[in-house]
Parts: sequence; structure tokens; C-alpha cells
Amino acid sequence: MNNRALNLVFRLTVFALLFTGFAQMPIFARYYLADVPGFAWTADYHLNHVLHYGLAVVLLALLGWRLPLALRRRWSASAVLAALCWAGIAITGLVRVMKNQPDAFFSPTLVMWVDWTHLGFVMLLGLVILARVLAARRKAA
Amino acid sequence: MRMNRRSFLAAGLAAAAGSVAGKAQAGETGSGQAVVGGEVVLATLLDLSKCIGCGACVEACREANAHKYPEPVKPFPKMYPAKVKAADWSDKRDVDDRLTPYNWLFIQTASGTYDGEPFELNIPRRCLHCQNPPCANLCPWGAASKDGRGIVSINDEICLGGSKCKSVCPWHIPERQTGVGLYLKLAPSLAGNGVMYKCDRCKDRIAAGGIPACVEACPEGVQTIGPRDEILAQARKLAEETGGFLYGDTENGGTNTFYVSPVPFDVLNQAVEKGPGKPHLASVANPFTTEDTLARAVYAAPLAGLAAGVLHLVRGATSEDGNE
Repeated sequence: MNNRALNLVFRLTVFALLFTGFAQMPIFARYYLADVPGFAWTADYHLNHVLHYGLAVVLLALLGWRLPLALRRRWSASAVLAALCWAGIAITGLVRVMKNQPDAFFSPTLVMWVDWTHLGFVMLLGLVILARVLAARRKAA
Repeated sequence: MRMNRRSFLAAGLAAAAGSVAGKAQAGETGSGQAVVGGEVVLATLLDLSKCIGCGACVEACREANAHKYPEPVKPFPKMYPAKVKAADWSDKRDVDDRLTPYNWLFIQTASGTYDGEPFELNIPRRCLHCQNPPCANLCPWGAASKDGRGIVSINDEICLGGSKCKSVCPWHIPERQTGVGLYLKLAPSLAGNGVMYKCDRCKDRIAAGGIPACVEACPEGVQTIGPRDEILAQARKLAEETGGFLYGDTENGGTNTFYVSPVPFDVLNQAVEKGPGKPHLASVANPFTTEDTLARAVYAAPLAGLAAGVLHLVRGATSEDGNE
């Protein structure tokens, strides 16, 4: 698979993770998306949970794949920030998966902070990516 | 070691208090007791043949937990879209024939015939405190959680009342009260709808060395609480000795509440009134088998990706060296 195809897979995976991540919140039923014919599944928490797990497998594999290449490049400040967000998302996601194992136990306070930081890193990453895109466009113009 | 409500005080919590804190993985003590987070996982056994339906447990629950009940701010914020309805039980606090935010335990009655004999059984119903609770696993906000004693509870200070916990609970136990909680300070018209409430197995009383109010108040000794492994063994023994049936040991992947009944639970399930706030007694499969399998792939994925990436880089470098 060439880099272009990998990039496409990466972007589609990230979009699908965002979608299934937000589907963990009870918003798609409230805001009518689940009422659209063919979209009832967006309000199915269990299905979206399983999809989120499956997509996380793809994302984590792709992040692992990219890491050695990325380490050889020169890093800008925004790239460092984006990398920290990716790391934060991956680590908090992994902790949440571990917590969901039947015999595992993490304190309720830790679980709460893991949930909040997972969401926080996603939002921060969105802002960082937006800033990078805008900066690149300004540079091109 | 058998635990009843009296000996529990002396022995059961001593084990919990003396256990090592901070353990992150479940395991077993030397005596075979399930240990989670350094604490002893507690379970309850309900011998339904003893329950006379007097309601003492319900009253005790309401008294012991009254200080946790919601005091909503009215009028409620207007919510959008209009289809989002408020759930208000604050003017119906006396309702005790179903689960509500103000009634975390109620008595369900089942009557009919089994094996040609008439029966009438009373079944105290509340949260079963699952071992792998969907409410806690799927709460996107970290508001529902399981603690080291196997108590599943909802943090009313951060719950937004989205009711996802109720949707994913096989028994739909949590109940919502609008007009209270964190959502009022965020975007009350657009997100959230109050706080979800349910039995927390009197976790404050347990933490203080006591036992749940319902266990303590029962004049018939219907309920027994103690370390899960011992209580489960006791439940199985009781079912075997009486020719009874067990519910809660495997349901939803296992719970910390075991009902023993002289009548099969599928018969009871047909006989009880079911509906909002009135949970069923049907068999429930483990909903997380797919996730548990996928979890292994989640752990392995970054390592596999990293190994492939390193290999790709080394091969690329070797190829470049060869070309030079």
C-alpha cells in the first residue's frame, strides 16, 4: 500500500473514530440523526462501542507504523503538540479499554479523569490541526 | 465463613479495611476471596423463600438514602429540541411500587403456579451491581463507576443525566431526575437532562463499617452480605439443598447480587409486572464478549504497527544503501 492510500485510510479511520466517539454520547438520538432513514444505528451504543474498538485497532497500528518515520523528521512546535495529543488519545484510550476488562479495577476518580482527558485531547488535537491547516494556507497564499 | 448482618460487622469489613490499597488488578486472596483494588468484593444473597413483602427494606432504604435524593431547581430550563422531555419525580416521592430517583428498591410480586402448585413470591428489586457493568463501561463522562467493593454507583456531582446508563443496563435500573446536577451549569438547554439515580448499596454506610440499610432492616433475614466468593458458594449451596434456582451469578457476565428462588426465574419473569421502573428477571448474556476479544487486538495493534514501521524503515534504508 502506498503512502497516499495509507493517508486515506488514516483519515477515514480518524473520521470514523470521531463519529463513533461522539456516538458514545446521547446526542445523535436527541438531535434527530438517528431518525434519518438508515442512521438508526448511530444511536446504538453497543454497536458504536464495538466499532470504536475496531477502528482503534486500525488507528493504533497506523500510529505505530508512522512513529519510526516521524522520529526521523524535524519537528515544529505544532507537530510536537499534535504528537502529544495523539499520544494522549492513544494512552487514555488504552487505559479505558483496560478498565473495561471484566477483572480490572481502576478508581472511579481515575476513570473520570481518563474519560475527560480522552475527550480533551481529541478537542485539543482538532484545534491544533485546524491551526496547522490555516497556517499552511496562509503560507501558500 | 458465613456472613450474616451481625457477623459481617465484626469480620467482613475487617478484612476489607485491612486489605492493601492501590491494587489495580483483580485477584484472589489466600482464602479464595475475590479482591479488587485491594478491597474485598462484596455480594448479597437474597433468599426469596423468606421474603414476606413487608417493605421494611424499602422504608429503610428511603430513610438511609434520603440525604442523597435530588432537590431539583424549578422551573426546569427549556430544553431543545422540544422532543426532549423532563423527568420529574420530585412531586411523586412517595411512589414505592417501582424504581424512581426517590425509590431505589421496591418489592416485585410474582404469583402463579409451578409444578401444579400455586406460588406467590416477593422479590426485592434494585441494582444488581454487575461485575462488568455496562453503565460504568459505557458512560462517556466517567460518572458511573465500580469501586473496589464491587459497588456500582453514579456520581451525582458530574452526571449529566443523558440516561445512557439506563439504556445499556439490561434491567434499565437508573432513573432520571431533571433540574439537578452539573448540566445546569453547562448548557442546560442543549445537553444533559439532570442526574441518574440508583442504589449505591449504601456505600457510605459500608465505608463507615456498616451494612446496607435494606440488609439490616429485614426482619426475616432475607439478605446476606459478605465476600463475593463465599456468598456465591452459599447461594449455590442453598439452591442445591432446596432444589431452588439461582439468578445473578452469570447474568450480564456476573453480578454481585444472587437471588435464590424455589420457582425458576423464567416462570417468575412471566409472572412479574414489567415496564418502566419494573425490571425483568430474564436471562441476560454477557454483552461484552466482542469487546473483550477486541481488547487484545487493541493492545497488540500499536506494537504490531511499530514493528512493521521499523522493519519498513530498515528495509528502505538497506534498499537505499544497496542503490548507492
